[in-house]
Amino acid sequence: MSEEFEPRVIAFCCQYCAYSAADMAGSMRLQYPSNVEIVLIPCTGRFDVILALKAFEAGADGVYVAGCLVGNCHFLDGNIRAQQRVDYLQKELKNIGIEPERLAMYNLSASQGPRFAEIVNEFSEIISRLGPSPIKKNLAA
Amino acid sequence: MIIAERKPIDEIKGFIEGKKKVLLVGCRGCVTVCNAGGTKEVGILASLLRLDAQKDGRELTVDEFTLERQCDPEYIEELLEHVEKKYEAILSMACSVGPQFISRRYPREKVYPSLNTCFIGGALAHGIWAEHCQACGNCVIHNFGGMCPISRCSKSLLNGPCGGSAGGVCEISKEVECIWHLIASKVMEEKRLDDFTPVQPIKDWTSSRDGGPRKIVREELVKEEMVK
Repeated sequence: MSEEFEPRVIAFCCQYCAYSAADMAGSMRLQYPSNVEIVLIPCTGRFDVILALKAFEAGADGVYVAGCLVGNCHFLDGNIRAQQRVDYLQKELKNIGIEPERLAMYNLSASQGPRFAEIVNEFSEIISRLGPSPIKKNLAA
Repeated sequence: MIIAERKPIDEIKGFIEGKKKVLLVGCRGCVTVCNAGGTKEVGILASLLRLDAQKDGRELTVDEFTLERQCDPEYIEELLEHVEKKYEAILSMACSVGPQFISRRYPREKVYPSLNTCFIGGALAHGIWAEHCQACGNCVIHNFGGMCPISRCSKSLLNGPCGGSAGGVCEISKEVECIWHLIASKVMEEKRLDDFTPVQPIKDWTSSRDGGPRKIVREELVKEEMVK
């Protein structure tokens, strides 16, 4: 079962960094798991906990937010605020018995295409280890 | 505004244990501004409750609806069409006035508070709120440099500071500023010590909670047919 499991991951990517990095990873023909679904956001400051919650409700196994390096946000502190929201939601997920590791925040720059591929691999690995989301299991049932 | 915070999720889960259909009602008043019970928080709590149920394989429908206010009967009336859908529980995300008004209007419904109403206060910064009023019913802040010793002094002293004030901080916690230190500093800075009443008389607390539950009637606003 665990070998067949292909995690479904939703990545909220800032257009100024992670989204461009994903583009670069593509141009560089870098390999990374195809089960990550990228959602473009204008800044990680746009990320809201409800977006991640809706993704989990719809059956995502993992959600991550990828924003600019600390200090490099185009809108000054959008990435810091996103980090706060991620931290907050991780606690809420833990409170209802869902592994907080299913939600993560990463920081990278637009020039880090290889790092983008690395993050996708790293996060997919974490989610694969955790197994399917307990919500999804029951959604399918 | 009234400052509230959401109850721990376990307590809310306890309210709806064994129930399959619940309505979560938000309020666009004070609790929206203090990020405790507006449309957004309703969405977050509803989603968390749904996820929790789905995780355990329990059937649970959580519907969301946010009223303009929960402290006015005309808005509570708007809930009627939802109440008719027969919910097993109504969770109010307003200050405690909300669930009381909903209970009174819909006495057969099981209504639960999802928030803890904390105090009357204001935002010191985004995400930080502090108590500034105790609703004593007889405002006297003009006597204290525009600051309220009743709500902001741990002992509600009218003649302070007490011996527990040190370095501008209250003895109960380093996080609590001594309001009497601030009052005295301000009056001295403005060189108004002469105007400062040296000893405040004993306060008449009958206008506060000590006189029992309070009510205000504005005769010129009352429409007789509306009084129930």
